[in-house]
Amino acid sequence: MALTQEEILADLAEIVEEVAGVDKAEVQLDKSFTGDLDVDSLTMVEVVVAAEEKFGVKIPDDAVKDLSTVGDAVSYIEKNQV
Amino acid sequence: MTARKSVVVTGIGATTPLGGDAASFWDGLLAGRSGVRTLTEDWAEPLPVRFAARIAVEPSELLKPVEIRRLDRSAQFALIAAREAWADAGFSGKFAEPNRLGVMVGSGIGGVTTLLSAYDDLVAKGPRAVGPRTVPMLMPNSPAAYVGLEFDARAGVHAPVSACATGAEAVGHAIEMIRSGRADVVLAGGTEAAIHPLPIAAFANMMAMSKRNDEPERASRPYDVARDGFVLGEGSGILVLESAEHAAARGARVYAEAAGVGFSADSHDIAQPEPNGRGVAEAIAYALADSDLTPEDIKHLNAHATSTPRGDLAEVMAFTKVLGRAADDVAVSATKSMHGHLLGGTGAIESVATVLALYHRQAPPTINVDELDPEVTLDVVRDKPRPLPEGQIAALNDSFGFGGHNVVVAFRSV
Repeated sequence: MALTQEEILADLAEIVEEVAGVDKAEVQLDKSFTGDLDVDSLTMVEVVVAAEEKFGVKIPDDAVKDLSTVGDAVSYIEKNQV
Repeated sequence: MTARKSVVVTGIGATTPLGGDAASFWDGLLAGRSGVRTLTEDWAEPLPVRFAARIAVEPSELLKPVEIRRLDRSAQFALIAAREAWADAGFSGKFAEPNRLGVMVGSGIGGVTTLLSAYDDLVAKGPRAVGPRTVPMLMPNSPAAYVGLEFDARAGVHAPVSACATGAEAVGHAIEMIRSGRADVVLAGGTEAAIHPLPIAAFANMMAMSKRNDEPERASRPYDVARDGFVLGEGSGILVLESAEHAAARGARVYAEAAGVGFSADSHDIAQPEPNGRGVAEAIAYALADSDLTPEDIKHLNAHATSTPRGDLAEVMAFTKVLGRAADDVAVSATKSMHGHLLGGTGAIESVATVLALYHRQAPPTINVDELDPEVTLDVVRDKPRPLPEGQIAALNDSFGFGGHNVVVAFRSV
């Protein structure tokens, strides 16, 4: 069953908290990974790999560069989930 | 004699099998406690050696989860010891003059547990599962780099690697870095986190480790007739070294003068010490000359003495050869009998112990010497600490590494 946007956000926020040490309450749709959440390029790879495992989606490197906000990532996962 | 910058120790930090900070480490040394325990992990079961000296306080109790995730265990130890040493020296936050702060922190093996667990992930789950932080975690300069980042060190961040001489080599190079004028303050030391079945199997197969599995606390017994090899430990020691002028200008508390260092190389064998201790003797002689010390000034030795049959004797021969009759007045401590052998971290925590011995005028004991090897002609401090004489005295810390690296650091009381 497909996850809702809220469910994806909640799970993604947990991943970002674990990987980047950012409080999950800070992880909101309008937040920029690099600008607001201090997620650098290596950390972004860790977030992506954890998200692939959690949500069962493939996020190719070409797609990762377009995910600048949390909302971008949530939309991508929502559209590509199986 | 040309005027040369004097270097002093103004801060110390340590996370060791005897305690999670320098004070508890020192208390453990004076109490003659053993930090060696049976390994209870499942992976230890098939090993020929099933004990080690694990760290007393796990890094997860002191560091943030994200730091635990991003730093190899060896870098975690170094960061903990460096934060303690930094605060102990009276500093807080980043250094005010970053271009005058250096780092000299090495590891013998580097991020070996990171490397091996990443390989396990590769085999089990494929290349995508290998974390993007694997390289910055496993590289042996990673602990030095993280310490540098923490305090904004820009005068140079270096990571000497010389197996079991690493920690002492770092202290020696830090002395020279300050003397050369490249830095006013250097965080110096070593770290190691190699308690994993692969290094244990490899060292055991070299016949280098004690196999006293039924009595782990009695296994590290330098100078005892029944010694049968070293006991692996883990942890880190970091010292804040500072030019005496810089320390005086800010009114810093000084533990001891880091008086000088002697380096030599055996050029004899990749793993065996030279039986007559020639290279070691040269390093001791160089350390005395570099520090303007005479044999009569030396009142304490923190020996390398790892509890191997041949290594312990080579050091004894070298020491008596260089010091002559003055060796009789030296209180010799083999503290690995308590904290085990921390490989690249060992010279650093032993430098911390040597500095504290001068500061408190107490030589820590050597435990587990039930019957002194008759070839050990030194005055070994056994079982209880021994007071050191008043007045200006000096102490040496010996460290030797596979590859034939010999380092002797000299400290003078203040």
